[in-house]
Amino acid sequence: MAQQTTSTEHVPASGHGRSFPPFDATTFASQLFWLAIAFVVLYLLMSRLALPRVSAIIAARQGRIAGDLAEAEKLKGKTEAALAAYEKTLAEARADAQSIAGQTRDRLMAQSDKSRKALEAKLNEKLVQAEKTIAATKSAAMANVRGIATDAATAIVQQLIGAAPGDKAVAHAVSEALKS
Amino acid sequence: MADPIHQFQINKIATLGHIGGHEIAFTNSALFMAIAVSGITALMLGATMRRSLVPGRMQSIAELSYEFVADTLKSSAGNEGMKFFPLVFSLFMFILVANVIGIIPYTFTVTSHIVITASLALLVFLTVIVYGIYKNGLRFLKLFVPSGIPIYILPLIVLIEVMSFLSRPISHSVRLFANMLAGHITLKVFGGFVTMLGGFGIAGWLGATLPLAMTVALTALELLVAFLQAYVFTILTCIYLNDAIHPGH
Repeated sequence: MAQQTTSTEHVPASGHGRSFPPFDATTFASQLFWLAIAFVVLYLLMSRLALPRVSAIIAARQGRIAGDLAEAEKLKGKTEAALAAYEKTLAEARADAQSIAGQTRDRLMAQSDKSRKALEAKLNEKLVQAEKTIAATKSAAMANVRGIATDAATAIVQQLIGAAPGDKAVAHAVSEALKS
Repeated sequence: MADPIHQFQINKIATLGHIGGHEIAFTNSALFMAIAVSGITALMLGATMRRSLVPGRMQSIAELSYEFVADTLKSSAGNEGMKFFPLVFSLFMFILVANVIGIIPYTFTVTSHIVITASLALLVFLTVIVYGIYKNGLRFLKLFVPSGIPIYILPLIVLIEVMSFLSRPISHSVRLFANMLAGHITLKVFGGFVTMLGGFGIAGWLGATLPLAMTVALTALELLVAFLQAYVFTILTCIYLNDAIHPGH
């Protein structure tokens, strides 16, 4: 049993060896002295060095995580923008293709319309000319018929009555006959 | 059978001198305080030296301790309480490490002495009073006057509040001291049974297995108590500090 070696000041009362150690007042001064030193040293080390460092580490990690999330968000935004641009380009290309096709169809239709109209006009003209020719031929033929009929009527009347009828009467009679 | 009280004996390693008639010596207690402070410093500074973004095992422990104490303090005393974080953290780590080291055989438990726990409790008590009056002035006294109490029982309530306030450092320190003391005595007594029965030959060895099993179980329990008492001391500190910051009930 390690007894208290003599302490010059506290001889009998508390210095006896078998007192209950936690209540041995002779050790209090030493314990308080060293506790003060130990705790102050610990407090200074923690408050000045350790805790700021740990706090900085944790903050740096949280900052890094937040930064990475923001970066991911940014990249996602970029991807979406690229996708939107692609879809826009695709839609434009589609519209272009449709307009080119439409224009081509319109042009071809206009061309064919034009040539058809020109052809029709030509045909109409020919038709008109043909009708004119027919009418001329017909009137010429009719004039010949009148002449022949007049001559024939004059000859017939001369044969029948032996005298030539008047030209006017024959022409009138022929006209009357042609009308009926 | 070994004396179960022997483990609490303070042994001088070197006498340094006298202050006002009191002998100042470097003792086993001082040695283990130094070991505790060195251990905490090694953990908090040594393990965080590399400041790894992805922490290693020891750095994780350091960060966990930090966040554990910070969360405890914030949940009890709010964000304003964080100005006491270094104090609360130092208290928690000092008591925890001193308690845990004390479980190892042949070591000395710094916190098994009432003078140590009382000093720490008084440190908290005085911090609460000084900061409470510095920050709130006379409004700090509202701590003793709960609101919504009928006037005719108010004197009684104030008396009870004052007494409970004054008894805080006592319960605060005795709780830790008594737990450490009793746990270590119990362990020593059961350990003593083992050696005593072991002296009786084969039958004694067989009989000694029971106290040995008890010693193993109690060691596990003591590990829990060592952590729990450090935590209880810390959370009471946080609650008391909250009174200094927000005195109204």
